[in-house]
Amino acid sequence: MNEENIIVCRCEDITLKQLREAIKDGYDSWDKLKRYLRIGMGPCGGKTCKLLVLRELAMVKNVPISNLYLRKTVVRPPVRSVPFKALEKEASL
Amino acid sequence: MIFTDVMVIGGGPAGMNAALTAAESGAQVLLVDKFQKLGGQLVKQTHKFFGWADRGAGTRGFNLAKQLAAQVNAHPNIKTLLGYEVIGGYPDQTYLAASWEDHVKISAKKAVICTGAAERMILFENNDLPGVMGAGAVQTLMNEYGVLPGESFLIVGSGNVGVILAYQLLQAGAHVDAVIDVLPKLGGAYWVHAAKVQRLGVPLLLRRTVLGVYGTEHVEEAVTAEVGENMEPVAGTEMHHKVDVVALAVGLMPLTDLFQMLQVRTEYIPELGGFVPWHDELGHTTNPNVYVAGDAGGIEEATTASLGGSIAGLVAAKELGFPVDENRIQEYLRALSSFRESSLSKKVLEGIERMRGDSNA
Repeated sequence: MNEENIIVCRCEDITLKQLREAIKDGYDSWDKLKRYLRIGMGPCGGKTCKLLVLRELAMVKNVPISNLYLRKTVVRPPVRSVPFKALEKEASL
Repeated sequence: MIFTDVMVIGGGPAGMNAALTAAESGAQVLLVDKFQKLGGQLVKQTHKFFGWADRGAGTRGFNLAKQLAAQVNAHPNIKTLLGYEVIGGYPDQTYLAASWEDHVKISAKKAVICTGAAERMILFENNDLPGVMGAGAVQTLMNEYGVLPGESFLIVGSGNVGVILAYQLLQAGAHVDAVIDVLPKLGGAYWVHAAKVQRLGVPLLLRRTVLGVYGTEHVEEAVTAEVGENMEPVAGTEMHHKVDVVALAVGLMPLTDLFQMLQVRTEYIPELGGFVPWHDELGHTTNPNVYVAGDAGGIEEATTASLGGSIAGLVAAKELGFPVDENRIQEYLRALSSFRESSLSKKVLEGIERMRGDSNA
């Protein structure tokens, strides 16, 4: 299978080839990959790609997935992208 | 700012039941859902549920959603906030919910989080070609909006979702080329459903994976192959499927973003679908003001989600000082364990045991 045609993160259009090369270049954690590739930084916030990326990292580093994702404060508001105008205006209920 | 005793996030079977039991105990409840309609995944389920009769077995999913929503809407202690998604949770028990137009600030003494799950994706060539979609998306288009997104379907995954989708597609007049599964045996589907689909002429192909989908503008063909013991595709076993939709029913994973934001410890438990918030049988997490029910705490199904919701709602109300009949909690717990005696729950029970064990170690 051609890794160039396999999408891992569909929000940011990141392929399996890009992911594998980035890991090889030393970007070997979820946080580093987010900063370098913008993987998981699109509208879905990593809901689709996170497990795929962690599985890949687990294979390369030969450790269980549970060891790869330890930072507690890694998720910050907002969990989903919202337009700025929504944050500007408080609803009158 | 809206002030409430209990905020329930998610209006599916777990969330609606949690809202109802907390409200019945005397608590003021705010039920928030990102969609305009209550029901969660129930609204797209056109089949009759198996499971426990008291929890809607024999009723079609969307009717069950209507029945529960009517109870929720009739209860004077429950306010609903629809079309708003909770996008932030803060240490002072305030929350931010937003629509595409504006936002609402919420201050809640207790939060019961029932955010459900997201569909998993798998890796194969051209997996972003139009025509590749989640099984849930096909169900939403077909069962909720009345739009059939294709003519001929390949379904990947023989769990409950994949097999029921195959049947619904046949009912809608579509062609189902095959249901494939990478494992050597039927996934989590009830055998009677799988047998029915096969009787209607849909082959169930086991030990088979998708290599890729091909087409110029959208999917025109999918190629699958058998996998060997090491799960690698075996050369020479390729099959070409003339389909325009490949529906992925390869499992669900709990949505845990809010839990992590609220400092709840999450554990990786594959039997429960991935990362899950640590929780006990009453729905307590590691944050004393945050409870969990339904698929958000581990992938299961509607009956257990309903029971878990009822329990978490009662427990949250009780811990706020409202009078709650302890027997009712025990009764729901007994129902939950008797429902889980079925062999289909074996994996879930192992996962739960591992989650609790991990944390006690």
